[in-house]
This record gives sequence, structure tokens and C-alpha cells, in this order.
Amino acid sequence: MELVDYLPVMIQLLLAAVIAAAILIASHIFGQRARGNYASDSAYECGMLEESKPHPKFSVKFYVVAMLFILFDIEMVFMIPWVLIYRELLSVGILSVWPIFFFLGVLTLGLVYEMKKKGLEWER
Amino acid sequence: MPDFLFYLFSALTVLSAFLVTVSRNAVNGAMYMIVSFVGMAALFVLLEAYFLAALQVLVYAGAVMVLFLFIIMLLDAGKGRTVRPDRLTTAAACIGGLLLISGLIYITFDSGAAPSTPLPVITELPENATATNIPFTTSSRSFGYGLFTKYMLPFQVTGFLLLIAMIGVIVLSKRIDSSGDEPAKPRIAKS
Amino acid sequence: MPPELIADILWKVLFAVIFVVVIMTFAAYSVLAERKVASWIQGRVGPNRTALPGLSAIPVIGPHLVKMGIWQPLADGVKFLFKEDPIPGHVNKLYYCLAPAIALIPALTTMVVLPVGQYTVDGIAHPIVLANIDIGILFILAVSSLGVYGIVIGGWAANSKYPYFGGIRSSAQMISYELAMGMSILPVFMWANGTEPGLGGLSLFNVVTSQQAMWLGVWMPVPAFIFLTALFAETNRLPFDMPESETELVGGFHTEYGSFKFGLFFVGEYAHMVIGSAVFTILFLGGWNFLPDFGIDGLEWLSDPWSRMGWFGSVLSVLYFIAKTMFFVFFFMWVRWTLPRFRYDQVMNLGWKYLVPAALACIFIYALIIGLIDIAFAVEETPAIVQ
Repeated sequence: MELVDYLPVMIQLLLAAVIAAAILIASHIFGQRARGNYASDSAYECGMLEESKPHPKFSVKFYVVAMLFILFDIEMVFMIPWVLIYRELLSVGILSVWPIFFFLGVLTLGLVYEMKKKGLEWER
Repeated sequence: MPDFLFYLFSALTVLSAFLVTVSRNAVNGAMYMIVSFVGMAALFVLLEAYFLAALQVLVYAGAVMVLFLFIIMLLDAGKGRTVRPDRLTTAAACIGGLLLISGLIYITFDSGAAPSTPLPVITELPENATATNIPFTTSSRSFGYGLFTKYMLPFQVTGFLLLIAMIGVIVLSKRIDSSGDEPAKPRIAKS
Repeated sequence: MPPELIADILWKVLFAVIFVVVIMTFAAYSVLAERKVASWIQGRVGPNRTALPGLSAIPVIGPHLVKMGIWQPLADGVKFLFKEDPIPGHVNKLYYCLAPAIALIPALTTMVVLPVGQYTVDGIAHPIVLANIDIGILFILAVSSLGVYGIVIGGWAANSKYPYFGGIRSSAQMISYELAMGMSILPVFMWANGTEPGLGGLSLFNVVTSQQAMWLGVWMPVPAFIFLTALFAETNRLPFDMPESETELVGGFHTEYGSFKFGLFFVGEYAHMVIGSAVFTILFLGGWNFLPDFGIDGLEWLSDPWSRMGWFGSVLSVLYFIAKTMFFVFFFMWVRWTLPRFRYDQVMNLGWKYLVPAALACIFIYALIIGLIDIAFAVEETPAIVQ
């Protein structure tokens, strides 16, 4: 693995950005023009007049989901190096099963706790 | 070429990090922070820490910032109010910043402080591998060698830290639900 | 810079452009395929009128192509391009314009680590891929996790209720299923990184070569199912199209969008679908391996006939891989017109209460199974474990 291997990644990123920008600009240049009016400059609510704020407050449940997502994401990230070396360590006789099972067990405990407390339940 | 890229990406990272602190609109701030995290991932790539770079994007830019955006949207803080910090906060921030800058200057000019030898590119465990003699390398497998032998204890402690955080999530969200007689029900709960 | 380096960079840019053009063409034609499949399933005819002057006048073939709707994507593109490009007065203009680009860029970037076939030099197989890097699948997960910002920013910037709900809903859905997706691939990489040390890592080519004896989807059906379900949710396809759910949210996050800005979201979704199908094929269906050879000596030609045919073999391996991928693109459409949409609480409960625990259980079970296989088949080589 060398740094040069990552050159295509950078090229691809630049290419993707250029394509997206080019399409947006082309669409702006070639697109028809129309004068704005009241109907096109107000939020679409199925023909009704706008009611209340455009960004109403939403449930705290979404926030809980995002927090739990970070925690389990980090857990997953810790397991990635383990799955990469699991068979190799096994073949040279280093038993890496029990430590990771302990780690996973602790986190399964957390998951069970979430379920018991109905933290994962969507409808409350 | 890598030198030029290093200056490019570090300028990007530092500039967007600076813009995070000065932007009035919280959503702008969050966007700059994502750019800053991605720039940092690019710096990790230049340091040949490819696995870390991917994790930086996956965890910080992809997960943590979603939570930030949720909070900004939940509180509808996008408009931005100017809150003047009190004197104590200002003084503490100034002292902390000065300490950080002086530390950075010290590290930069003290030649022996930061190791600058490139990492060896090895792809397998050395003969008679024990917990202490496993070297760091650039391949993603080598993170496992270190994490599951030498750094096993910190790894397990992290597991407990995550468990505590999970309990914290439940405690926090449950308290919000049961505060007051009529729970603070958002106006549109089923969005 | 030395001229060789510049030439090298130019070659790489050329390959990148070819890849992008091919994948975008597939994305455009899967839009057509979607319309055709929908019409077949519903007993309609589908697009059959668009004709090109000249080409459609060719006898026999021309009218047939018109009936197949082969020119329809071109007409769609031209129509997107010349439509009014509206920027309504109530939106946040900068983010409104930025969001479609943010949605498209990750979809176009993930293909950089996607191997599509193999070529053989001196008896060693190499992947046909833009960047052969060892963080492979992690790169795809990381970059596609950035795609959620396109939707959430698009919904927020529109300053309108329906897009806002669509954006919030879909971002919560996408992060939930990203978790299940990430966990379901761990058994695959546990198997793919064999007992011998080497540059395996997270590269997708390595996964394909490790499946010559048996495709992983056959003996890992549960992770495969979890991955496929999460893929539907990640690409916002029915039965998981919460961000759009046109019966309740008009068009979801892109209600206020028009012209090619909407087109970018649309193309991004289909490009995501094509790349997702390709990743599923690589992870669980043996990539371009012809058939599993059950690990029997002398049957290697069954799993890898391509390396014996020179450059023609590489072309065939790419075509075989594309055929497998196209089957899954078709499967996506088939499911879309078969299953009804889930309710939002059902989506979230399915993700968190069934898929994540199931994926976790799979990691436990396959760690034990793979460990037992290794011990049973390699006793004489690893005395340390037997003692």
C-alpha cells in the first residue's frame, strides 16, 4: 500500500465534483426562465396557505436514534480489526475469541438494556 | 507533490475549523465542521494511516455530524442568536488557547519531540510475536495485531465506556419524557 | 513533475471518465428498465414512442428499438436540461443548490474501489479496478454515509414542511440501516481474511477470490439477507422509501426541486442502486466467479475459467459480473412493485429490534463456525490450539 494507490481516489472525487457542478451550471444556462410569482415563491403545502413555521420541532426520538447510532457505530468499528485478524491469530495459537466475546457481551448487555427500557421502541 | 497536498489540506482543515467558530448560522458551522473532518481524513491519508482516514470519515463526518445537525434542527438554532460569553469564560478560553499555541510552537521547534521515521510496511506478524514487540504498520490488518494483544486492556475499558454511554442515552431520553405532568410533547410528534 | 507521472495521471483520469460514463449509462438505463418493469408488472406497455431521426428509420431494427424505449433516457435528459431551473423565493439558495451535488458526489466516488473483473499477468490474477486499496469496503461505507447530508440539507434548505419531514425521516432511517449493513459484512471479512498473513485487509478483490470454493451467500444467508434489506433502506427504495413516500409527503425531500437539480437526486439514487447491487454481488454471490468449485482439486476451471482465456477472459469476467449485477437491479424493481411501503415506526423497529441484534448474533455464530472449520481442517499445522 503506497500513497500513489490513492491518487485515483482524489481524481475520482475531483471528477465527481466537476460533473455535479457542470450539470448544475448547464441546467441553469439552458433552462427556461420564468418570472417568479407568489405561488412559486411560497412553500408547497398541497395548495393550502402556509401554516406555522417551515421547520416545526420534531420528536426527541430522532435524537436518541442518532446517539445510539454513534455508540453502535464505534462498536462496529472496533470489531473490524478483529475480524481481519481473527483466523490468523487463531492459526498461530493466540486465542482472540474470549476477549472479543467479553467486549461483545458487554455491548450486548447494553443492547438488551435498551430493549428492556424500550429505548429502541419507536411508538410510545 | 505530497508536500503541496499537505499544505493544501491543512489549510483547508484549519480554515474551515476557523470558520466553524466565527459562523453565526449554526448549519453553516456544521457544514464547515464536516469539511474540516474530511480535510483531516485527507491528512491521515498523507500520513499513510489509511484505515484511520476511513474511520475518521465514517465516524466523525458520517455519524457525529448527523447528531449535530439533528440537534441544530431540533432546537431550530439555525437562525443564530449572539450570546456574549461572560468574563470568566473569555479569560479561560484565552489562557487555554495560549497554552495550546505555545505547546504547538514548542513541538514544532523542538526537533527531538516528534518522531518522523516512516512506518514500516509489514504484512504479517513477526516470528515469536509477543504482546510487546508488534510494530505499527500501514495496513488495516496491523491495527488488529496491536489492538488485540498489546492494547487489550484499554480496548475492554472502551467497551465499558460505551455501555455507560448507552445507559446515559436511556437516562437522558427517559427524563425528557417524564418531566412535568404533561410531557413536553412536540407539536408534530409523528414527523 | 516528470512527464511519466503526467502521462500516468492522464491515463488514470481517462479510466475514471470511462468508469463514470459506464456507470451513469447503467443508471440512466435502469431508470428506463424501472419504467418497463413497472409496466410489465402492471400489464401496461411502458415508454415506446421516443424516436431519433435517422437511427429510428433503419428498417426492422429501428422501430423495434423505439418500441423498447431505448431512446427514452436521452429524451429525459434533454427535457431535464431545458426545463425551467427554478429557485423558489422561500428557499435557502446556497444549500438548495448544493444539496443535489452532495447527493451525487458520494454515489460517483464509491465506484473507485469497485472491482469489476480480473486480468491475469504471469499466472497472478489482478482486479480491474480504479484504485486497488486495502480499505475497500470501509471506503464505500464511509463515503456513502456522507450521502445522507444531501437529503437532510436538501430537506432543510427547502424551507417547507414536507421536504423537512422527508429529510429528517430518511436521515434517521439511513443511519439506522447503515449500522445493520456494517455489521452484516463482518462475517464476510472474517472468512475472506484467511489464516495466511498477507495484504488481505478490506479489499473487495480479496473477498471475491476467497469465494472460489463456495459463494458466501449460500452458507451465510442471514447476513446476506440483512445486507440486502439494509441496501434497500440505504438507497431509499421501496418498501423503504420514507423520504419520498408520496402518499403522505408529496415528494418528500425533493418536493421543492425541479429541472436537473431533481435529476441529480434521481440519477444519484439509481447510481447508488447499481453500485449497491454490484457490492452485494461481490460480497455474497462470488463476484465474477463462474460457479463454486467446492474446493475440489482439478475443478478450479469451474470457478475461474477467465484466467485461461487471456484478454478475452477478462472481458468475459466483466460481462459475467455485469450480468449478475443487472439481475439484482432487476430484483430491486421487482420488489418495488411487489411489496407495499412500511409504516415509519415499522421501519425503525425492524432496523433496531431485528436487524441489528440479528447481525450481532451472526458475528458470534460465524466466529464459532469459522473457528471450528479452521481447527478441524488445519490440525497438523497449528499444534498450539490442539494442545
